[in-house]
Amino acid sequence: MGWLTDTLGTSIGKKIMMAVTGLGFIFFLLAHLAGNLTIYGGGDTFNAYAEHLHSLGPLIHLAEVGLLSMALIHVITGGILFFQNRRARTSRYVVNARAGGRTIGSRTMPYTGLIILLFIVFHLVQFHFTDKTDTTIFEIVSTAFSNPFYVALYTAVMVVLAIHISHGFWSLFQTLGASHPKYSPVIFIIGICLSILFGAGFGILPIYVAFI
Amino acid sequence: MTERTIRLTLKIWRQKSAAEKGRLETYHADNISSDMSFLEMIDVVNEQLALDDREPIAFDHDCREGICGMCGAVVNGRPHGPEKGTTLCQLHMRHFNNGDTIVIEPWRSRAFPIIKDLVVNRGALDTLIQSGGYISVNTGAAQEANTTLIPQEKSEAAMDAATCIGCGACVAACPNASAMLFVGAKVSHLGLLPQGRPEAARRALRMVRQMDQLGFGNCSNERECEAECPKEISITNIARLNREFLKAGFFSSSS
Repeated sequence: MGWLTDTLGTSIGKKIMMAVTGLGFIFFLLAHLAGNLTIYGGGDTFNAYAEHLHSLGPLIHLAEVGLLSMALIHVITGGILFFQNRRARTSRYVVNARAGGRTIGSRTMPYTGLIILLFIVFHLVQFHFTDKTDTTIFEIVSTAFSNPFYVALYTAVMVVLAIHISHGFWSLFQTLGASHPKYSPVIFIIGICLSILFGAGFGILPIYVAFI
Repeated sequence: MTERTIRLTLKIWRQKSAAEKGRLETYHADNISSDMSFLEMIDVVNEQLALDDREPIAFDHDCREGICGMCGAVVNGRPHGPEKGTTLCQLHMRHFNNGDTIVIEPWRSRAFPIIKDLVVNRGALDTLIQSGGYISVNTGAAQEANTTLIPQEKSEAAMDAATCIGCGACVAACPNASAMLFVGAKVSHLGLLPQGRPEAARRALRMVRQMDQLGFGNCSNERECEAECPKEISITNIARLNREFLKAGFFSSSS
C-alpha cells in the first residue's frame, strides 16, 4: 500500500483526489437539484419526494457516509494545497499583474470553497438535523424562506457555488489528464453551463418558495 | 518605426544577498533609444552607475537572442514584460512611452532564492532535470534515420515542448509558484518520442516527487504560465504530465 500513499501524497496525487471528489459532488448536485425541483409541484410532491428518499433506508446512509468521506478528503486536501501554495512564494511581488490566464473562479477557489463549506454546515443544521416531529420538510423550508435574510443568503451562496464550479469543472478534467483538442472546448462549455444550471436552479428556489 | 528617445523612471529591486532584505530603488534613465532592448537599457543605467562609483544592478543574461533562457525579470508584474512570447532580451524599448515608470523585480519563488538584485538561483530546475529529464542511450554510431518512424504530429508536439528554454518564467508567473509547466514540457518532450518511452513511468514519478521536495507550489490550473511563457508552451503539456503520472503511479510497476 506504500505505493498508493506515495502516489496520492504528491502534488499531482492531491490534485487527483480534489478532482475525483469534485466530480462526485457534481453528480451529487445533479441529484440534489433534480430532487429539489419537485418543490415546483407543490408541498405534497416535495414531501412525497423526501419520504421516498428516506424510505431507501440503508442506501441513503451509505450515500451519506460516502458524501461525508468525499467532503473530508476535498476539504482537508484543499486546505493542505492552499497552505503549501502560500508557502511556495515567501516574498510577494510589489506589483501584481496578470496575463489573462486567471479567472474570477480560479482566483477565488479556496475562498469560495470555504464559503460553501460553512454554508453546508449551516444548511444541514437548518434542514437536516432539525426536529421533524409534527411537521413536514416543506413546512420547515417554507417557514425558513419566509425570512428574506435566508432567501438572500441561500441565493448569494448559490452564486458563490456557480463561481467555484466555473473553474472546478474544466480544471478537474485537466488534472485527470483529459485534455484533447476535440473535447476540451466542450468540457469547458459544459462547466459554464453546469455553473449556470446549479446557480440558477438552486438559487431561484428560495425566491420561489418565498412567494408561494 | 522611427527611432525615438525616451525618458524613464525605473524602480528596481536591489538586494545584496539572499540573507539581506531587499527594496525597490528609483533610478532615472534618460536618452533611452526606442531601438534598445530591455537589457541594453539596463546596461546604459549600469554604465552611469559605474561612472558614479555606485554598485551596478546585477541581472542574468547570456545570448540576448531569446534562446538561452538565462535572462528574465518581472516587469510591472509581468515575467519577461508585457509582450507575448518574448524574452526580456527581445523586449524592445519601443513598447514603452516617454515618462513611463517601470518596476523591475526578480522571479519570486521559495525554490528560486535571490542571489543578488535581479539574479535568482534556478538550480532547482537543474535538479529537476537530473531527477528524470533525460533518456539513457548507448553511445556509438548513429543508427539509420528511418529505423524508428515517428508520426509528424507527434514529433511536432515533442518539438513544441522542447522549445522550453528553462527560464523559469512559468514559476514566476504562477500564483502558486508551481513548476508544472516546466516539468510538463520536459515529460512531454521526452515521453512523446519512442526513445523516451522506456523511462517514461520512472521519469514522471521521479520528476514530480523532486518538484514537490524542491518547494515549488501545486498547480491549480490558473493558466498564467502558458500566457507568460516566452516560448508559448501550452498547458496541454501539464495535462500530459498528469496523465503520465496517473499511468505511472497506478498502472506501471515503477515506484
